[in-house]
Amino acid sequence: MSRDDEDGPNEAAAGHGKTSDGPENRIEESLAARQAFLQVFKRGEEFAEELMRENERLRYRVAELEKDMAGVEAQNQSYASRYVEIEQENNNLLNIYVATYQLHSTLDYDEVLRAITEVALNFIGAEIFTVTAVESTPSGGWEPRLLVAEGLDWETAAQVPVAPVAREVIATGVPHFVNELEGVEADLERPLVVVPLKIKELTIGVLSIYKFLQQKKLLASVDHELFTLLAGHAATAVFAAKLYTDSKRKLSTIQGFIDLVTSSSTSE
Amino acid sequence: MADYAALVVEDSPTMRQLIVFALRRLPALKVTEADDGVDALKKLQGGKFDILITDINMPIMDGLKLVSLVRKDELHKEIPIIIITTEGAQEDRQRALALGANAYITKPIQAPHVINTVKQLLKL
Repeated sequence: MSRDDEDGPNEAAAGHGKTSDGPENRIEESLAARQAFLQVFKRGEEFAEELMRENERLRYRVAELEKDMAGVEAQNQSYASRYVEIEQENNNLLNIYVATYQLHSTLDYDEVLRAITEVALNFIGAEIFTVTAVESTPSGGWEPRLLVAEGLDWETAAQVPVAPVAREVIATGVPHFVNELEGVEADLERPLVVVPLKIKELTIGVLSIYKFLQQKKLLASVDHELFTLLAGHAATAVFAAKLYTDSKRKLSTIQGFIDLVTSSSTSE
Repeated sequence: MADYAALVVEDSPTMRQLIVFALRRLPALKVTEADDGVDALKKLQGGKFDILITDINMPIMDGLKLVSLVRKDELHKEIPIIIITTEGAQEDRQRALALGANAYITKPIQAPHVINTVKQLLKL
């Protein structure tokens, strides 16, 4: 604030202690005081107008910042949900990677079946399930052969006929799912999930799940990805292991025969 | 350099690999694997561990027996223990916690759940 502002109109009117005798002088002093007051008033008015303009500018800036803030907030939420999605996808990929690794880490037939069992039990949360091979018959049909029975004894599982829904899965190669699992009781004639084990378009077996662990309330996206994985990879892993086991057995037979021939020709 | 040592006890190689892979996302953690309770006790005798993650159903020695023995071990009696199991019933959970487990995770496991539980128990 300037010195003029500090000096009020009354002081100006008082003439700063100067003595005045005549009426003209008093009028001049009075006019000067009024002039000073008007100037102060005008400066105040200008100052108020400037403040109002500044206020308006700040209001506009606040509105702009609020708008920016809303944008940043929306972007943050978008990043947060993307982060959750990526985390979920990472988790799914980890499950799939480990499952694939285990399925293809061996050519031992029993170990491959054990890997399928572990994926179904530990990764998907299946409690009662079977893996059945579909074997062609000379008549051109097929017959089931039980490979894995988990959660029920082998004799019971072997006697369970192939459910109509499983026959349909074998015929079409399209998996069957019941997504809502809560409160569903195990029924050996109605599997909740049937996944075809396929090599290209040929179904060589099925995984039938009759009951899930009690804490498993529904099938998540990772479960569907694991079913797809099992459909493709379990079949090739089983097939490769079976071929390897058969060829190893044949090799052993041939080697035995060669040894026999060699030893008999040597003895002659 | 790892700041904490974790022991993962699980007879299933598939599950063990999944847990180990999940824990690799915590650089402060050095993970050691054991096949069953007996193998775990040998490894616990051979060094100091900061957290134990164990399955319940295992051959030779199950997870609950392991937990009760670890709680009597002078070196590891205070170690945080996470049980990972297929048993989802409330009574199984209570039994494990009563024996001295600090956390209980049911299968099928989700890697973030295991990671978060470990972080929480180790205050990472």
